[in-house]
Amino acid sequence: MPDLSAPSISYLGLAPVLIVLGAACIGVLVEAFVPRHLRWNAQVSLALLGTVGALAAVILVAGRNELTAARAVAVDGAALFIEGTIAALGALSILMFAERALDPAKSAFVASAALPVGSSADRKLATAPYSQTEVFPLASFAIGGMMLFAASNNLLVMFVALEVLSLPLYLICGMARRRRLLSQESAVKYFLLGSFASAFFLYGLALIYGYSGTVDLGEIREVAARSGASDALFVTGLALLIVGLLFKAGIAPFHAWTPDVYQGAPTAVTALMASCTKVAAFGAILRLLYVGFGTSEWTWRPLIYTIAIVSMVVGAILGITQTDVKRMLAYSSIAHAGFLLVGVIALGDAATAGRGLSSTLFYLLTYGLTTVGGFAVVTLVRDGDGEATHLSKWAGLASRSPLTAAVMTLFLLGLAGLPLTSGFTGKFAVFRAAIDDGAWPLVVVALLASAIAAFFYLRLVVLMYFSAPAEDGPTVGVPGLPTTIVLAVTAAATVILGLAPGAVLDLAEQAAVLVG
Amino acid sequence: MLNPYIPIVGLFALAAAFALFSVAAAPYIGPRRYNKAKVDAYECGIEPVDQPLGGARFPVKYYLTAMLFIIFDIEIIFLYPWAVANDSLGLFGLIEMVLFIGTVFIAYAYVWRRGGLEWD
Repeated sequence: MPDLSAPSISYLGLAPVLIVLGAACIGVLVEAFVPRHLRWNAQVSLALLGTVGALAAVILVAGRNELTAARAVAVDGAALFIEGTIAALGALSILMFAERALDPAKSAFVASAALPVGSSADRKLATAPYSQTEVFPLASFAIGGMMLFAASNNLLVMFVALEVLSLPLYLICGMARRRRLLSQESAVKYFLLGSFASAFFLYGLALIYGYSGTVDLGEIREVAARSGASDALFVTGLALLIVGLLFKAGIAPFHAWTPDVYQGAPTAVTALMASCTKVAAFGAILRLLYVGFGTSEWTWRPLIYTIAIVSMVVGAILGITQTDVKRMLAYSSIAHAGFLLVGVIALGDAATAGRGLSSTLFYLLTYGLTTVGGFAVVTLVRDGDGEATHLSKWAGLASRSPLTAAVMTLFLLGLAGLPLTSGFTGKFAVFRAAIDDGAWPLVVVALLASAIAAFFYLRLVVLMYFSAPAEDGPTVGVPGLPTTIVLAVTAAATVILGLAPGAVLDLAEQAAVLVG
Repeated sequence: MLNPYIPIVGLFALAAAFALFSVAAAPYIGPRRYNKAKVDAYECGIEPVDQPLGGARFPVKYYLTAMLFIIFDIEIIFLYPWAVANDSLGLFGLIEMVLFIGTVFIAYAYVWRRGGLEWD
């Protein structure tokens, strides 16, 4: 028998992930032992404690650059920046989960998800102020999985983290209180397509292991550098791994699930998926391509180049045809994923190394904050049937609620990338990195796609300000404290990161370190 | 030069031969006692019932039991390698294993408290 030795584990470096997952485990125990009337408050505080604690832990361990747990998990600048971003966006999403003032039944989540839709018990519970508090530990598990996903330096750990983040999301997608059939449909679609993508990832993992004899990203890079990386096993394995990751990030042509799932899921869950899942998936893409396949960039660069163009164009053009706000934001996220890939392309040579990485990190932060804000506004506009997401319902919203319309306009301008918003600085950083790297044709396409996408963002602004209000228009709910905090933080971030991005850009610049 | 994989091929052949032999020999040497249970779809377990028309609810007790089984099944799978390597992993392995069993136990506590173990 070979002599095994225990790996050394830096618990401090892993603290951000451990805190969130620990909070999730305690959440399950709370669900089991705490009386029902205390559960809601206990779960909300616990989930917030977990995410905010993780953010604090990230700040505490910032500056470390090491591999821990037998090289399986990286604790480096990029991993910590992404973990911090996920923790912050996760805390904001949890706040949206915890909103009680908007729905008359005090929660956006169904009272008993196992009841068949439309049964008498379901109708009775529809307006009763009960809800399933399991959503909080589930969301914590998902957030913990996302943080590990972006930090894993080992394909197997990456796969396990992928499942840890996906399985809870599949569940909570189907737990909307209103329009339950749509919500369940979205959960089933997400589950089927998601497990298909996981299978792609796993198959790619197996092929890469067959080629290199290791699942460690750093060792894969060394093997690829030694043997020239022209092996069919290597190229096929890389392609399959990328397919699995592109699916999770919702990048065209693997985006088909995005609009349906974003529309059907409870809006708080959509905010979590659109921000945190995207950040995590890009964290994993960056690590896989830069660390694992950094020496064989000629293999993946043309691929990512093409996919970036497809994603930007598909997101921008199909976004125009949408009549539902949540679907429109879904296509917007597809287009933004394309812009993010422009940053991934800009890996740069030795002289400009880090520019593409740091700009992508910064873009992820700005995009995530603005998107969470946009979905938070969507939860406010309601009619008797829950959220009024059809665009026609939003006509003349400014005359009914000037403040809501103004905040939504800010987020839409941010997503469109107009100057003085965070969207502009993010796009500028990414595009500049790509031009420095010589990818100017890609930037030209990206600018055209931005212009097309700006059309549908601005169309909603025009609709809110210059159209006559609909007769039976929606009411704008008065948000409780949680959603107010979310709106204040995201709106402030959209403005501040647009006007004075220097400090955060510097932070991203310093964080642009990948070990492995 | 005997390939190290030859014994595995031999094992496969043995397994296949045993299965074929059992199936082929059963009609000749097995006793024949026909009764009602014998012609059911499943000889053991619950009586098969038709799913109610219109997709009504059906009990999920077996599903819960099966899920719990998988939890402990996976736990055992990870306990075996640890038991074999216990000497070289020492205290570290023990602590990690206690943590692992602890997290599995959380799921068990949840199922127990929420009534997943009550049959009726």
